[in-house]
Parts: sequence; structure tokens; C-alpha cells
Amino acid sequence: MRNAMLWLRVPLRALPPLLATAAWPTTAFAQESPTDTGDTAWMLTSAALVLAMTPALAFFYGGLVRRKNILSVLMQCFMIICIVTLQWVLLGYSLAFGPDVMGLIGSLAWLGLKGVGAAPNADYAATIPHTVFMFYQCMFAVITPALILGAFAERMKFSAFCLFMLLWATVVYDPICHWVWAVGGFIRNMGALDFAGGTVVHINAGIAALVCALVLGKRQGYPGKISPPHNLPFAVLGAGFLWFGWFGFNAGSALGANSLAGSAFLATHVAAASAGLTWAILDWKINAHATVLGMITGVVAGLVAITPAAGFVGPIDAIWIGIGAAIACFLFVAVIKVKLGYDDSLDVFGVHGIGGIWGALATGLWASTEINPAGANGLFYGNPGLVLIQLKAVLATAIFSGIVTFVLLKILDSVTGIRVSEQDERIGLDLTQHREAGYTQLD
Amino acid sequence: MKYIIAIIQADRLDEVLERLTEKEIHLVTVSNVLGRGRQKGIAEVYRSHTEAGSLLRKVKLEVAVNEEFVQPTIDAITQGARTGNIGDGKIFVLDLKQCVRIRTGETQNVAIG
Repeated sequence: MRNAMLWLRVPLRALPPLLATAAWPTTAFAQESPTDTGDTAWMLTSAALVLAMTPALAFFYGGLVRRKNILSVLMQCFMIICIVTLQWVLLGYSLAFGPDVMGLIGSLAWLGLKGVGAAPNADYAATIPHTVFMFYQCMFAVITPALILGAFAERMKFSAFCLFMLLWATVVYDPICHWVWAVGGFIRNMGALDFAGGTVVHINAGIAALVCALVLGKRQGYPGKISPPHNLPFAVLGAGFLWFGWFGFNAGSALGANSLAGSAFLATHVAAASAGLTWAILDWKINAHATVLGMITGVVAGLVAITPAAGFVGPIDAIWIGIGAAIACFLFVAVIKVKLGYDDSLDVFGVHGIGGIWGALATGLWASTEINPAGANGLFYGNPGLVLIQLKAVLATAIFSGIVTFVLLKILDSVTGIRVSEQDERIGLDLTQHREAGYTQLD
Repeated sequence: MKYIIAIIQADRLDEVLERLTEKEIHLVTVSNVLGRGRQKGIAEVYRSHTEAGSLLRKVKLEVAVNEEFVQPTIDAITQGARTGNIGDGKIFVLDLKQCVRIRTGETQNVAIG
């Protein structure tokens, strides 16, 4: 529903003909483009903010693994940035946002960014260059697979990891992105609301993570014999920069520097704060102490949950979304997951899957056309039907992501193997996969 | 009383501790150490050129035991740490002259367990 925000900012100003030379003869920079400089500046900034979330995630996850695996997590995050960026430019953007084929996928018309130039694409963002929209979306395509790696941290073979991420971006992310956000996508046509990626990013990655944890199996020694996080300050640093980057993610999804961006910014911040506080209180009451890891997990859960709702709900309703996210994720991570016994190492499903599902449904409860006339009213604003539509979007995403991820892993397992040897796992992925050590023992 | 020091591969630690527990040897001190033996270990790569690591990461275990536990301790460590490869490590057994439990002031055989 990104283009739903385009009610604002008409009329458009023409870009001064700064670029109107034949410097790049192969692209369409030569014509005068009706872009808005303010919107474009904000979207450039937002794209950079969202990019920063992937290295932030690297530190968030990296701090939580054992010291012998820190580099493997940082490496996997950076590798995804490189692989998915190239995939997106060459193929992925066309599959995700290219001209619709039966509501399911984009055509190959925009392969290699053919026709994607300085002129805005009014279907998606009428006031910024099409290239800016494209690479803003690129950052989402990058962070989504990166979220998954927390589920199989400390045990996946690096070569299989690279192949898996390339394939997953192509056959899972790009189609779901098309369904939800592209013109003609079937979930978008159902009227489902997803402001910044509750289904596309978080539920999608969360379900894929659950499948990865189940297919790869537990780490040796889980549960009970796994050392605690080796560097919690890294995790806090990562969570802090995720919060910071999330403003590009959510407020940037307004696709312009406008009041809707401000409203999404506010809802995002409030939900994160209320979820962090709620988790700390739950920890305090149930485990006797408020913990640092608990609090930052709560903040991330709140950010996840407000993602689909950010541009449709007011700040007071955002508080409830944050509180609900912390309660749902706390219950899942601290109680239900322990009983189920699978090893989702860094709780990707518990936070992004559960938080994402809660957020998608909560959007159906608290969305209001007073906040965003291009959206819809939710249950609490007189339209119970929206919850059902949201639920359908959740189910479609979860089923597709789950099945295709499973098939991909099984194919890769028979071709290359997906898990490192037992000895390599004990020695750690840093030395065995990358021949480097994160820390020295002597000065 | 003997003081047993073992240098083992870091990734065998869990296994060794399990074997020691099976033989009811619970008191053990463990540290990360660097050292070198006869094998070459895992070389690290620094900005894309290989550097042979001269010192290897190992784990040192220290166990103080009464005479009747000496052989079980050696067996447990050997079983847990042996892979058959160069670099499995060594066990040193030293005579122990005195042992004092700080909390109670007890000494010798009573204090050790």
C-alpha cells in the first residue's frame, strides 16, 4: 500500500535542470523530471538509514552468539548486502515491482533496470526519481533475508548460506513483495494494509526462520549447554542503531517528506518505547530482574509490530500495539518456545514472526482514515472486515514463505549440504568457515 | 594427592567434562590458553594472505585428586579428548604436597574433595 500515500504533495515542482546534460547517454536523465527535492532528499536519507539496519542487525545478532561465531554473523550480514543488492539491480526489482503478471509476480520488463531512470514512476512514488524508489526498496530486500540468519546462526555452512540467500531473495522475497506492494499484486488488491513491511519483511522472514531452525536442527548442546551471549554491549549497540534506522524504514515508507512521514515516525517511536518498557516490567515481575537483553528484545518487538501499522495509526493506539507486541513475544520466547524445544538460536520467529503477525492484525484493529485517508478504518474505528483481510494476508505470506523455504533448504541439503560438520561446529564458524578469529587472546 | 594438568583441544572440552562427571570428578578449573606443540594448527588469514598461526588455542584443565581418583581422571580426559590426530594434547601428573580448604581450614585428603 505504499503508493497509497501519494495523496500528498501535489502539485509537483520541476527539478532544476542540473542533470539535464548528456552525461549518461544510456539513461533518461536528460529530460526534465517533475520530482520534489524535499521528498527526494528524505528518500535518499531513508534509504541510507535502512541500509544501516543490516550492519546494526549484524551487531545485534553478533553480540548474542558465542565468541567463536561472531565473525560468521557479521560476515553473513555483509554478504547478504552484496549478493542481494546485485540480485535486486539485475533481476529482483523487475520481479518485485515490474509490470504485473496475474497478480503473482513482476515481468522481466525491467531486467537490469531497463527503463528505470530519473523520471518518477507515478504508480509507486510520483515525486521522486524511479531510481531512488528502486534503491530504497533494495534496502528492504537486503535486510529481510538478513533477519533470517539468526535462526540458523552458529551452524550453517557458508557456501550453502550464500546460495540459499540468493535463491530465497529470488523465489520468496520478490514474489511476496510483488503481492503486497506492486500494482496488480493480489494481496494489495484485497485491500490489506502493510505500511512498511509487516508481512513482506517480518512475517516472511520470521516464518522462513522457523523453517530453517526446524530443518537445520538444534545446535550441539542445545538446550542447557550453550554459553550465554558473548557480548551483550554489542547487542545493545545493534539494537540502538536498529531503532535509529527504523525511522528510515517506517517514516521513509511515506515516500515523501511530509506529515504522514512525521506521523509514522511518531507511531514508530512510541511503540518501540512502550514495548521496551513493557518487556522490562514483565521481566521484573516474572524473573525478578529487569534485564538488558529483555529490554532491547522488547524494543525490537515493538518496532516490528508497528511496522505494518506505522502510517495508519495514531500515537496513543501505537502504545497499545507496543504493549501487545511485548506481551505476545515475551510469552512466545520465554514460555512457548521452551516447551516446543526447537532451536531458533536468536529468536527470529519469536520476535519477527510473532511480532509481525501481531502487528499485521493490530493494523486491522487500530487503523484509522483520520491518520491516513488513503488507508482504511480498522475494527475500533467501525470496520471489523479489515481484520479478516489482514489475517488473509498473514496466512498467504506465511504459507508461501514456509513451503518454499522448506523446499529450498531440502534441495540445497541434497546438493551441497547445509550444516557444517560436528567438529567444525565445535571449533566455531569463524575459524572453520572464514579462517579468522574475532578476538585475540594475547595483546 | 596428585595435581593433574591437561592441555586439550578447545572443542573437546564439553566431552571431557562429561566423562569426568561420569566418574564423579566434579572439581575442575578450566582456562583458555595459547600454546604450541608439534602440529600446525588452523592458519588464519589476514587481509587475504595466509599467516601460519604459531600459537594455537587450547584449553587447560587442572584437577586436584586423591590417589584413588588419579587413574579415573586420566582415563576420563583421555577418552574425552582423544581424536587420534596430532594436537590432541597432553596430561601431566604432579605430586601435591598440601591442600587447604579456605572456608574451614581443613587440610589434606579431606580438603581436596
